[in-house]
Amino acid sequence: MSDQATLSDNDAGKITRVEELGYELRISQVMTTNVVTFSPDLSMLEALDLIQKNRISGAPVTLNGEVVGIISTEDLIRALRDGRIDRKVSDYMSRGLITAKATDKVVEALKVFQKKNVGRLPILDENHKLVGLLTKGDITNGLLTALQRDYQAEELIRYRASHLFEDIESDRTSLILRYRIIKDDFLHGGAASNHIKKALHRLGASRQVARKCGIAVYEAEMNLIIHTTNGGFLRVEVEPHKITMEAYDDGPGIDDVEKALTPGYSTATEEVRNKGFGAGMGLVNIRSCVDEMTIKSSKESGTNLYMIMYLDKSQ
Amino acid sequence: MKVKEVVEICQGTLLTPDVDLDVDIKGGFSGDLMSDVLASVQAEAVLITGLCNPQVVRTALIADIKLIIFGRGKKPGEDIINLAIEENLPIAYSPLGLYEIAGRLTKAGLPSYEMEMNLFPRD
Repeated sequence: MSDQATLSDNDAGKITRVEELGYELRISQVMTTNVVTFSPDLSMLEALDLIQKNRISGAPVTLNGEVVGIISTEDLIRALRDGRIDRKVSDYMSRGLITAKATDKVVEALKVFQKKNVGRLPILDENHKLVGLLTKGDITNGLLTALQRDYQAEELIRYRASHLFEDIESDRTSLILRYRIIKDDFLHGGAASNHIKKALHRLGASRQVARKCGIAVYEAEMNLIIHTTNGGFLRVEVEPHKITMEAYDDGPGIDDVEKALTPGYSTATEEVRNKGFGAGMGLVNIRSCVDEMTIKSSKESGTNLYMIMYLDKSQ
Repeated sequence: MKVKEVVEICQGTLLTPDVDLDVDIKGGFSGDLMSDVLASVQAEAVLITGLCNPQVVRTALIADIKLIIFGRGKKPGEDIINLAIEENLPIAYSPLGLYEIAGRLTKAGLPSYEMEMNLFPRD
């Protein structure tokens, strides 16, 4: 994280929700974790190169994982002014170390920044090993992120998702969702369909469309769980004008597709019925929910079920 | 009728704390086979069921059901309760039988939300 968009301590003091977040968030949630560190034996020139290359303004100096000092651009300037850029990092680093614990609340770090004239805090774990680095910019970013999460997160996601298709220009834009469905996995049965329904809702589908598609893929998902040899896949392709849902497996195939489409006809076992399935309404339900349904089934290649829902502008 | 009134009428014990009990329930539906539920329940209903597994919750979510009453004293396990809490769906269990529950709710003025076959008129 960079130092951009820094919120001054003064401003932060006036915003109560930010203060609250300061007490809620832990330093570990906002700190930078991929920390560039220097060895004390590094020359100041090498440190300068690394600072430029990594676009940072300072770094902790560590020896065997323990922080022994900190180098900032100020120290580099001092070395340059002295004409001693070839000296070791250990000669110029600040040693009066101020650190903070990763488990501390962000507000503790804010207090340190307010009281002490430091730009960055090395963050240590309970064994005093370096786990991160914290700047005011990190805190600002962390707070803004948390605020954003706070602020009607679901609506934001939904808004962004529903504008996805408008934002992208192509001859044909589509979003494809894929789910692997495992044979006999009743525990997770229906989970994929609920994810699909939620995704459609977020993408801006009406309640009615999301519900109908949800029912269709749920039935297809349960069929994969109950009736296949090795499970199968659900694939949903979302386009601005239609939703194509597909369920496919590699066997054993449907003996008599016409019969399978008869309301109440089921080949489910007693055990499956006891779980609440096998009403013989699966394909019937699907057909009544979607605009087009096609089944291709054979003993050799398994079953492919295509379901299409056309959308008009209002949906 | 509100969620809390429905639960009260069927002598239910609510299993999902912190859910909104003022959600409006527009009608009722009873069934043990999930495809039957999907085939003929209208949105925003209470589902009264004798089936007790996580699929009931997932089916309810798919069908926009707003409350599940597990009848015949079947208390759902932790897995079911946790899923319902996660999805913010109120669930309760009642010592009464399904016919009794449906009867009491009907008498209290909650209409049937079972659609006659055949379903989903094109709109």
